[in-house]
Amino acid sequence: MVSTPLSKWKLAAITSAPCGAYMNYAEGLMASNIPTSPQETAVDFQEMGLQDKLLRKPTNQSITRMSVTLQCPGYPEDTLRSLAERLPCRETQLATLLALMGQPDQYSYPSVFIYGHRATGKSHVVLSIMKDLELPHASVDCVECVSSGLLFHQVLSAFFGPDAAALLPRCPSLSDFVRLYKQMSSNSPATQTRYIILDRAERMRDMDFSLLPALLRLQELVNDNVTVILLSEIVWEKFRPNTGCFEPLLFHFPDYSKAELVQILSWDHHPSYTPELYASYINILLGVFFSVCRDLRELRHLAVLNFSKFCEPLEKGEAKESDIHKLWKNIEPHLQRAMQTVYLREVSSVQWEQQQMDEKEATTLRVLSAHAHIELPYYSKFLLIAAYLASFNPARTDRRFFLKSHGKIRKTNFLKKHEKTSNHLLGPKPFPLDRLMAIFYSVVDSRVAPTASIFSQISSLVTLQLLSQVGHDDQLDSPKYKCSVSLDFILAISRTVGFDVVKYLYDFL
Amino acid sequence: MHVDYCEICDGKNIGTYSTASLLALSIIDLCETFYCHLGVNVPDHAMTFRSLCNLLQDSVTPFVVSVHAKECAAVKLLIQKVLEQLMGRGVSVDEEQEDDTALLQRTQCTIIFPQRTESLTNSDLPQSLPVVVIFKDFEAFNSQVLQDFILICSRYTQELPFIFIFGIATSPSAIQHRLPHSVSSLLCIEVFHSLSCTQHLASVFDKLILNSQFPFKLSSRVIQVLVGIFLYHDFSVQNFVKGLQFSMLEHFKSQPLSMLCCQKQEALLSAKTLSKKNVERIRHLPSFMRYVETQEPQEQVQLLTNDEHVKEVCQQLLKNLHKYHKNYYPILQCLHSLTSSLPKFPLGKHIRELHVSCIEKNLWETEEYDSALQLLRILAKDELVAALRKCAEILKSTKILQNVLQQLEDFIGRLEALEEDSSGNGIISGKMEYQRTDLFQLQKTLLEKESRRTKRMNPFEVLRSQVIEFIDSLVREYLTPAELQPLNEVCYYNSSGVLRQRLNVTPRTSIQAALSHPFYYLQNESLKTDAGTISSAAPDLCIVYKLHLECGRLINLYDWLEAFLTVMSAAEDQDTNSEDARFIQAVSEMEFLGFIKSTKQKTDHVARLTWGGC
Repeated sequence: MVSTPLSKWKLAAITSAPCGAYMNYAEGLMASNIPTSPQETAVDFQEMGLQDKLLRKPTNQSITRMSVTLQCPGYPEDTLRSLAERLPCRETQLATLLALMGQPDQYSYPSVFIYGHRATGKSHVVLSIMKDLELPHASVDCVECVSSGLLFHQVLSAFFGPDAAALLPRCPSLSDFVRLYKQMSSNSPATQTRYIILDRAERMRDMDFSLLPALLRLQELVNDNVTVILLSEIVWEKFRPNTGCFEPLLFHFPDYSKAELVQILSWDHHPSYTPELYASYINILLGVFFSVCRDLRELRHLAVLNFSKFCEPLEKGEAKESDIHKLWKNIEPHLQRAMQTVYLREVSSVQWEQQQMDEKEATTLRVLSAHAHIELPYYSKFLLIAAYLASFNPARTDRRFFLKSHGKIRKTNFLKKHEKTSNHLLGPKPFPLDRLMAIFYSVVDSRVAPTASIFSQISSLVTLQLLSQVGHDDQLDSPKYKCSVSLDFILAISRTVGFDVVKYLYDFL
Repeated sequence: MHVDYCEICDGKNIGTYSTASLLALSIIDLCETFYCHLGVNVPDHAMTFRSLCNLLQDSVTPFVVSVHAKECAAVKLLIQKVLEQLMGRGVSVDEEQEDDTALLQRTQCTIIFPQRTESLTNSDLPQSLPVVVIFKDFEAFNSQVLQDFILICSRYTQELPFIFIFGIATSPSAIQHRLPHSVSSLLCIEVFHSLSCTQHLASVFDKLILNSQFPFKLSSRVIQVLVGIFLYHDFSVQNFVKGLQFSMLEHFKSQPLSMLCCQKQEALLSAKTLSKKNVERIRHLPSFMRYVETQEPQEQVQLLTNDEHVKEVCQQLLKNLHKYHKNYYPILQCLHSLTSSLPKFPLGKHIRELHVSCIEKNLWETEEYDSALQLLRILAKDELVAALRKCAEILKSTKILQNVLQQLEDFIGRLEALEEDSSGNGIISGKMEYQRTDLFQLQKTLLEKESRRTKRMNPFEVLRSQVIEFIDSLVREYLTPAELQPLNEVCYYNSSGVLRQRLNVTPRTSIQAALSHPFYYLQNESLKTDAGTISSAAPDLCIVYKLHLECGRLINLYDWLEAFLTVMSAAEDQDTNSEDARFIQAVSEMEFLGFIKSTKQKTDHVARLTWGGC
C-alpha cells in the first residue's frame, strides 16, 4: 500500500475530482506514519468503505451522501450538521477535511496544500470548520506578511497570546520562531491539533526560501501536534523548491458546476418573493453570464444588482410570477448590457442603477471609452506620436519617412527578414531620446525651441505611463524609452492635431 | 464639484446594497493633473486635493489620509504612511524600527478604530466612520503595491470601511490597466470628472484679466505668450497664474512710470506730483508722442516745454484710460456673446481670442469682423432677440453705459413689436435657421439676401440692419485697441520677449551660446572672433567645445588633443607642461555638461551626444 511521494502528488494532480482527492487522502494517510491508534483507523476505513472503493471508483453521489451522514468522532454532531448545511456543494470537501483532521487530540498530517480557483470556497470551508468546531488555529493572510517576522508574530499570538509574540526578537529568524514555539508548547502542550492556515500561500515563495520547506514539516521541527494548511490558487508544482522538500498532502477544490452555482445563488433569495422565482431568475442570469464569468462572488454581485429590474414587471402588475417567459424577455437585453459595462467595472453600481432609471430618456449608454478623455498639451501629443513612430518603425526606415529626398526604397529588399514581420505584432521597441527628438522636430509643423518644458513633458508622459523608460544603466546621458499606447489611442490623438499617423507607419505602407 | 464628493461619501454610508464592500471613488482629473514643470512637483491638483481633504475632514470623517506615489514604493511604506497620518505623529513608526512593527500596528489599528469612532460619534451611528485614503497620483503608483494594499484593506472592511480616492490624470480605464480583475472586483468604482483645464483658464481670465478692477493689464503679445505656454506645453493653470505674477513683478520693476498703475484716485494724485524725470519719461512714451502729434501746434509746444501742463494733461489722459477700461469690458462681453454662437466662430471661440485681437488692432478692419457681421445680418428674429437680451443682461449687471442699454432695450422692444405685423417673415427666417450650419447653403442664402436687399426690405430686415449698425458703432467707439490709447504703457506690460525667455527657458541653447560666444558672457573684447575661427584666448572649455563640433559620432581623444595643442600654440606665452592637464580638465567638464560620454565601442574614443544647433 505504501507508495512513493512522487506517485502521490502525480495522482493528485491528475485526478482532480473529489474521489481522486479521496484516494489521495487515503494514500497519504497510509503512507505517513500518523500516530493514531490502529483501531480507529480501521474504523474510519470501514465506514467509508474506502478499501474497496479505491478500486471501484465510487460515484460522486454516493460519497457525498455518505460523508454527510458520516460522524467524526470527537466533534459534536449537531455542529457538524449545521456546518454541512452552511457549506452547500462542498460536502465532499468538508468530509474529506474532517477525516484528514481526525479526532481533535490525534496527530494530523503535518501539512495540507489546498488549491482551487478563486471563489471555490477554500478559505470559507477551512475557516468555517475551525470556527464552528472551535479548534485552536492561526489564520494568516500572506499578503499582509511583508516579512516572515510578521507571520511568526501572528502565529504565536494566536496560539499563545500576545505576550508570547512579544518575546520574538526584533528581526526574528526561523530558528527564533521554532525555539520560541517549542518553549511555549512545552509550557502548554497541545491538547488538540493546532492549525496554521496560510491564505494566498503563493506569496510565500517571494519570502525567505527556507520558510516554506520549514513550515511544511513544522510538526517535526517543533515536536507539537500542529498542522499547516496552505491555501492557494495555483498548483503545487509551482511551489516546489529546487532543493526538494516535504511533500504536503494535495487537495483540490473543483470549480462549482452550473447546477451548484444555481443552488448556492438561490440561497440568498429575496424575502418578499418566492424561492422558486429567485431560482428561475438565477437560471436566467447564469444563462447570460455563465459563459463569461464563473466567479461566485461576481455572480452574486450581479444577481443582487439586477434583481430589482427583474422584479419591475411584477411590481407594476404587468406579469405574474409564473410568466417566466415574459420576465425573461424583460430582463434579457438588460443583462446583456450589464455584461458590457458592469462586469468591467466601468461604471459603479450606483451609476448603473441611475442609468437604468433614466433609460427611457437616453438610450445610449454613457460608456467611458478609453481615449476620448485624455487631454494633453499640443506638443505632448506630438511627442507621443513621435514616440509611437519611433517604437513601431525600424530605425532604418526613418530616412524614408522624414527626409525629403530619400530615394526609392522598396519594402521587400530593403529590410532584413525579421523586420518584415509586422512591428505591431512584435510590440514596441526601445528608442533613444535623440531619435525621439529628431522625429518630433520633423513631424511638428512649426519650429519648436528645445525648451526645458519640452523635455519635462517627456518625463510627464513617463509618469502618466504613456511612455515607459527602458534600462537603468545610462539614464542621464542617453535614456531609452518605449511607447506603451495602442494604435487606436494614437490614431485618436493624431486626429485631434490633424496628423495622418498611418502615412508614417511602416507596417501600413 | 466638491458638493458631489460629499454627497457620494454620505450616500455611501447609507447604501449597503453591494456585495463588494469596499468603495473606491476615483476622481478623474483629466488635464489639471498634467503636471510637468521642471520637476516642480506641485501640480495644479495639489490644491484641489487639499480642499477636498479639508472638506472631507469637516463633513464626512476625520480619518482622511493622502498619499503620494513617491513616498510609497512598497506596501510596507504605504501602510506606514497611512498609519502615521491616521494615528497622529505620536504613534508614528520611527525609522529605526523594523518594518514589521508597522504592520503590527495596522492590525492593532483595526481594533483601535471602532473604539475611537465610537467615542467621536457618541455612538449615535451604528456604523463606524470610514477611512478615506487619497492616492494623489494613481498612475505613478507601483501596481503591485496598490494591489496588495487593496487586498489587505479588503480583509478589514467588515470592521473598518475604507474609501479610496484615486487621482487619475489619463482616463478611467487606467484602473483596469493597473489592477487585475481579481482586485478591481473588490472595488465599487465611481468616476468623477473635474473641470477641464481650459475651463479653469477661462475662469482665471474672467476674474483677473477681463476685469477693469485691476489697473495692471497685459498686452496682446504677452497674453499670447502665456496662453501659448499653457496650451502647447503644460496645461497648468497654476503656471499661468505664476506667469501672470511674474509679468506683474517685471512690469513694476522695469517701467518707472508704473507708479501710475494703480487705482484711479491714487493715480491722479501721483500724476499731480510727478517728478521732473518722470515727466520727461512720459514725453518719451511712444503713445504720448503720438498724442502730441495729433494736437494743435501751440498745444504741442506747451506739452513739450511746460511740465505743469504735462501733468494736467496726464491726469486727463489717465481718467480717459480708466473710463476706456470701464467701457471696454462690458462691450467686449456683449460682442462675444453675439458672435460666439455663430457658425465657425469667425471671432474666436473663447473671449480671450476676441480680447487679444481687440487690443492689438482695429477690430473693424479685419476680415473676420466683416464675416461675423455678415453672419449677424442673416440671423433669424428670435435668435437676434435672444442675443440682444443676453447683451442687455451683461450691461445691466455692470450698471454703466446706461444709454447703450436703453437703446438696446428699445431695439428689443421694436423687434418684438414686429411680431404681429410680419408673421410671414418669421417663417422665412425660421427656415434660414435650419440652414445655418451648412456653408454652401449659407453662401446661397447670402447671395439671395444680397439680391433681395436690392429689391426690397421688409420691416424686420430694416430693423435688423439698424441693430447691426448700432453694434458696429459700439465696437468702433469702445473697442479701440488699447495699444493706441495714450499712456497705455503705464498699465500694459508688453515685453513678451523677456517673458518668453524667463518662463520658457532653453538651457541647452544658452549653454551652447555661452560656449561658442564666450564674449557675451565674459564681456571681454579680445574674445570677439569671427564665425568659424577659434581664438586661443578663449577659455579651454570653449576651445574644446568648438573643436568637438567638427567631429563625428565618435571622437578620437588623441586627435582632439592635437587640435587643441595647435590652437594653443598660436598664443605667444605658453607653458607646454600644463596643456595636457588643461585639456583633460576641459574634456571632463564637457562630459559633466553632457556633451560627450565615454564609450566602450572603440578605445581612446568618446561618444558625442548632441547634434545640431538645438
